[in-house]
Amino acid sequence: MNRFPTWKYALIALAIAAAFLYTLPNFFGESPAVQVASGKSTVRMDASAVTRIEQALQAANLHATGLVVDQTGVRVRFADTDTQLRAKDAIDRALNPDPKDPGFSVALNLLSASPNWLGAIHALPMYLGLDLRGGVHFLLQVDTAAAITKRVENLAADLRTQLRDKNIRHGGIAREAQTVRIRFRDAATREQARAYILQNIPDLNVVERDDGQNLLLVCTVKPEFQKRVMETALQQNIQTLHKRVNELGVAEPVIQQQGADRIVVQLPGVQDTSRAKEILGRTATLEVRLVDEEAMRTGQTFGDDVFPERRRDGTLGQVPVKKQVSVTGDQFIGASATFDQDQRPAVAVELDDAGGRIMRQVTRENVKHLMAIILFEKGKGEAISVATIQSEFGSRFQITGAFTPNETRDLSLLIRAGSLAAPMEIIEERTVGPSLGRDNISKGFHATLWGFTAIVVFMSIYYLVFGLISSLALAVNLLLLIALLSLLQATLTLPGIAAIALTLGMAIDSNVLINERIREELRGGATPQAAIAAGYERAWNTIFDSNVTTFIVGLSLLMVPGAVRGFAVVHCLGIMTSMFSAVLVSRALVNLTYGHRRRVASLAIGNTTWK
Amino acid sequence: MEFFKIRRTIPFMRHALIFNVISLITFLAAVFFLVHSGLNYSIEFTGGTLIEVGYQDAAKVDAIRQALEKAGYKAEAQNFGSSREVLIRMHLEANQSSSDVAQKVMGVLKQQDASAELRRVEFVGPQVGRELVDLGLVALLVTAVGIVCYLWLRFEWRFGISGIIANLHDVVIILGFFAFFQWEFSLPVLAAVLAVLGYSVNESVVVFDRVRENFRKMRKASTPEVIDSAITGVISRTIITHGCTQMMVTTMLIFGGQALHYFALALTIGICFGIYSSVLVASPLVMWLGARREQYIKPARKGPRDEHEGAVV
Repeated sequence: MNRFPTWKYALIALAIAAAFLYTLPNFFGESPAVQVASGKSTVRMDASAVTRIEQALQAANLHATGLVVDQTGVRVRFADTDTQLRAKDAIDRALNPDPKDPGFSVALNLLSASPNWLGAIHALPMYLGLDLRGGVHFLLQVDTAAAITKRVENLAADLRTQLRDKNIRHGGIAREAQTVRIRFRDAATREQARAYILQNIPDLNVVERDDGQNLLLVCTVKPEFQKRVMETALQQNIQTLHKRVNELGVAEPVIQQQGADRIVVQLPGVQDTSRAKEILGRTATLEVRLVDEEAMRTGQTFGDDVFPERRRDGTLGQVPVKKQVSVTGDQFIGASATFDQDQRPAVAVELDDAGGRIMRQVTRENVKHLMAIILFEKGKGEAISVATIQSEFGSRFQITGAFTPNETRDLSLLIRAGSLAAPMEIIEERTVGPSLGRDNISKGFHATLWGFTAIVVFMSIYYLVFGLISSLALAVNLLLLIALLSLLQATLTLPGIAAIALTLGMAIDSNVLINERIREELRGGATPQAAIAAGYERAWNTIFDSNVTTFIVGLSLLMVPGAVRGFAVVHCLGIMTSMFSAVLVSRALVNLTYGHRRRVASLAIGNTTWK
Repeated sequence: MEFFKIRRTIPFMRHALIFNVISLITFLAAVFFLVHSGLNYSIEFTGGTLIEVGYQDAAKVDAIRQALEKAGYKAEAQNFGSSREVLIRMHLEANQSSSDVAQKVMGVLKQQDASAELRRVEFVGPQVGRELVDLGLVALLVTAVGIVCYLWLRFEWRFGISGIIANLHDVVIILGFFAFFQWEFSLPVLAAVLAVLGYSVNESVVVFDRVRENFRKMRKASTPEVIDSAITGVISRTIITHGCTQMMVTTMLIFGGQALHYFALALTIGICFGIYSSVLVASPLVMWLGARREQYIKPARKGPRDEHEGAVV
């Protein structure tokens, strides 16, 4: 009765072999590498870039021990850090002839030193969290309300033009927080406007109201619209952050959405937080607006925004511009430094379709009027260019102003790198130095190692052969857990290592339950074979119940972010592997030891003859 | 080798009242300290900045404190782990950006001793901390409800209720310890506390399983007798299992360093009280809630067994 069919043994052996294979990369350590990735959306990592890297290495007489090309870019492995540093300089020089405008990001990195065939079957070492390898972690809160307000402002402006176009006369349109109020003199016009809005602007809910003096239409944006704006704002901010992080030249950055309105940025290996923060937090954006020429003449700037203006002659002026924004920074899709027909530095920009359409309309209606281009940086606006619209133009135009060639290059970079759709604030920051990371790894490793040894020694003395088998099962559990963590590439943190240790400490419970049950059966007078079968069978219910309750706890722990989640992931995985190893693997070992003998006089599980 | 040669059923239930009074007193003491002194929340919960600095030689904490005070920072500085490491803790102040603070503090410290090396910075904004407290409580609630439901389904409602009362009592006692000694309550400690909850429930389940089994086997025995024999049956495995887990936790206490210190400490307390509460708190509660044999005997059971079969231990 204590025999498994051959396929069951084979399956268990296969699982252990696979686990061993996927655990292997963790033993090879890491070797220094240089990582090259595209630094711009216009630059692509292709075969020619790889050839250039190889040629650069050859020219510098540097020998690479491996070269991996994948979606993220090219990674070149070297024998030692000295070669790595020289190779980084050589590659950087070859790929980025102009250091001011790098097309590629070249960064130092560490790559797994495991043989290439392991990489081919996606056997990678465990993915270590920042507390283990050092680096910077930011949690950014996106101000989505600001993004929505901005869009509502745009909607209000649209309404203004559209109602005018349709000849629907209104007594003023005003935005209050996230609603737009339109005043009317008579009910008929209001009804006309209401019908028009309902038909043409599906994002708005319209309610009729009276404030005693005027007839009002109160337009609120629909929740779906708000949600859409929030989502796109977040996505755009993430994209922008990606571009900016590329400038930093960080290997394997993590930029992810967390919750509805947060972004996590993790930069492994970065030590200089202030620079990282400066680059991430840069909030430059462009806006194109019309100048209020009447206000310029009369000096009545009520209802306008006034920005400082840098003139060609070097003086500073003030320019009143209308509140309505024609084109915003997120509509720019290209920018490059150039010179205008008078050989003055200029920035040639390109707008997306929608932006181009608006631009064409605005310029057609305002020929011979003044238009301002305003640069917002760190919350302050500056009119960088005020020029007369000579004729109608569309999606491609030039921005001229009091620029030096360097400034046009910076400006075009800034426009290309994209603007943030909504402002962000750092609400959590964590920096871990590399030495602390190494300390944490060794501490976690030693705690687990000695705890494991203590358990093995104790079990083997207390339960003899069955203790040894339990210990082997526990070792298999550890192997499976590490293999699973490597395979899933779940982030391993210090609490995660603690969870490994704790899971092992708790997993032995199943074997203790089984062994105690077998002893009990023996004392009750069962034959050795019957005792084994009954012991495993009766303990199973208890093992299952207790693991399910522990699993419930593990699942609810997953809700709490940070250290707790790092713990919970490993904990949950460990419960699953322990069910397999403690019950199936140990049973297989017991069966192999005792199940195939014709006669078993006694079991080596300790003295059970006392009464 | 065998530690426990228990020949007779130990009459645990005879002293049930005493055990419950003891836990009630401990519990009330824990609640008192929690209310009176409160938990010493870490930066993760309260918001603020934490800077860990490493030095080449033993650090002069007093000098560091003075230097920071002179520079205008309200900061606590203390040794952390070893004499060469210093932990500086600053509470959240209005309109202060995190990196500025860390950068400036490092500037001050470097001036004092050039070997100062920044090992870790943690900045947590106020909204994150509040959320964590909420999420922690929600996790606790979900855990409790989930466990009650599962025990209810698998056993019976009396077991669900007794299990969760016994184990929440462990959680409160751990928190009481943290409040009394003013140990730092951080995220890993929260993880440990919740893990303990699962761990002690696990323990209660083992006892309950035996209780149910014995109800079916021991037809003529009274409820206290059934529970006594169940506890006696599993006590050996209880001690050994917890001993093994504690071995692991002890090595964590010894080798795990400062980062895992309170985590391991919370587990240690949890394991000790876990044994006590599942054996000596949960079971009497089951008894007083009125568990009887009829609730566990399915009408259609295969052939009757010897009624004394399970009682021989």
